[in-house]
Amino acid sequence: MMRFAYHAAALRRSVLVLAMVLAFGVMKLPGERALFVQHRQLHFRGVEFNLDLREQLGQLGFIAALSGFRSIVADVLFIQAHVAWERTEWSRVLLLFRQVTTLQPRAILFWDMAAWHMAWNASVAAMNDRTQPRLALRVKAQREYFALGKDFLERGIKNNPEKPQLYETLARLYKEKYKDHASASEFFAKAAALPGAPGYEKRFAAYELSYCEGREREAYQRLRQLYDAGENERLPTLITRLKFLEQKLNIAQDQRIPDEGR
Amino acid sequence: MSNETAAITRHRAFSVARVFAITTNTLTELTRLKVFYVLLIFALLLIGSSIFMARLTFQQEFQILKDVSLGAMSIFTSLLAIVATARLIPQDLEDRTVYTILAKPVPRFEYIVGKLTGVLLLLAISTLVMSAMFLAVLYIREQAVLHETLRQMSAAPREQIDDALRAVRSSALNIDIFPGIVIIYLKACLLAALTLFVSTFATTNIFTIVVMVFIYFIGHLQATAREYWLQEHSTGWITHSFLALVALIFPDLQTFNLVDDIVVGAAIPLGLFAKTAVLGIFYTTIYTLLATFVFYGKEL
Repeated sequence: MMRFAYHAAALRRSVLVLAMVLAFGVMKLPGERALFVQHRQLHFRGVEFNLDLREQLGQLGFIAALSGFRSIVADVLFIQAHVAWERTEWSRVLLLFRQVTTLQPRAILFWDMAAWHMAWNASVAAMNDRTQPRLALRVKAQREYFALGKDFLERGIKNNPEKPQLYETLARLYKEKYKDHASASEFFAKAAALPGAPGYEKRFAAYELSYCEGREREAYQRLRQLYDAGENERLPTLITRLKFLEQKLNIAQDQRIPDEGR
Repeated sequence: MSNETAAITRHRAFSVARVFAITTNTLTELTRLKVFYVLLIFALLLIGSSIFMARLTFQQEFQILKDVSLGAMSIFTSLLAIVATARLIPQDLEDRTVYTILAKPVPRFEYIVGKLTGVLLLLAISTLVMSAMFLAVLYIREQAVLHETLRQMSAAPREQIDDALRAVRSSALNIDIFPGIVIIYLKACLLAALTLFVSTFATTNIFTIVVMVFIYFIGHLQATAREYWLQEHSTGWITHSFLALVALIFPDLQTFNLVDDIVVGAAIPLGLFAKTAVLGIFYTTIYTLLATFVFYGKEL
């Protein structure tokens, strides 16, 4: 009888503890949710733990990422990607950078490096690939690597819309790889509009616009505005482009900028 | 009034001095443990070795150094919190110390609070030692990179040199690292309180450690389960109830992983830091109260 009473009391106490834990769970829920929402607004917790990530990372990496060590896993994979790059194993570089950027989508550096490896390094390697005798296929491979670099940058911007660095890299990609000056100008301008952007972004946007057929007037106005902003902006490239546009647009002599040395 | 009655009237329901005595004893006991030194030395070695890990560009190097060091701090403080707390009550029961203490007019609440405070002090000391090591390593690397930059750019204009040095400094130490370290400590405090709660009904410390390892993993997934549950996806009632249980029973440990974003340069708003800290303190307090409640009902 005593034994039964003892067990009943223990059971009552266990049920009571469980009820208290659940009540505490209900109490903590609004606080947890509020923090979760704030994290999302600040673009924290950009990683979704799903089967795609599991397949990409492998079991061990996935467990490590689950236990709150995703940035360390990302670093290890980044170092592996660096080694793969030194060995010019481009497919592996691509695979590893996909994993790295999935795990650390807020690290600008990883998106930037991924795009640089694809659009600048792998694309050149593809063009110089001696095992591929057909030029058309080499060009095709090169264009594919450009597209991969562009894709990394676009996804990087989507994850970090407030940082100017990736807009600038995308502008450089358009300028150097696609020779698309209009898009380059657009992304330099987007970078310039963001807080923390270097002062040259605005100039670069105007330079790129000056190469666009049909947009010379707009480019001239922007360059002139920069020129009038003061001595600091009157750099050699700006003066050269401005003079070129003055000539092209037949700007009146009295409105032109003075020649250097005069 | 007899002496006995006077002693009873002098006895207070809660005494800081008694809690302090239990705390200092617990701390002394824990600092004598080999496992504490092994964990601390491993953490310090890992933090120290991060200096040699990746000599890439300085941004990459600093990011990896911070990732590894803060990751090491996070894992070792969590491990220490679990391992050190799991043995407290079972060890006292085995050594029969608990009977000696509780035979005196020491309420069980004071015993639990004293024990936990001892662990929290140990965690604070470990966090401080690891932080000092981490900051020293970061400072040494920062100075080396600054000197290297100055050497490489000696012929460049002053403005460019200043820009480069500013870039190095901003990549190395940012002020948000400090709230990140505080949050790592609070996460360890939470785990210590939760371990104490589990150990009040566990029979062995191995059981406590195993349960805590599971809680640690589930805690990092709790947010996913909670959001899935609250978004009311069309799942069956079994899944729905299971997700609700996970969301209500386990703490959201992912909330305390701010360092992942801090190392990539994200700024932590004061409001977010304060809310996270309050949540951590709230969890710790509640788990301590629950531990006390279970401990009061324990047959000793």
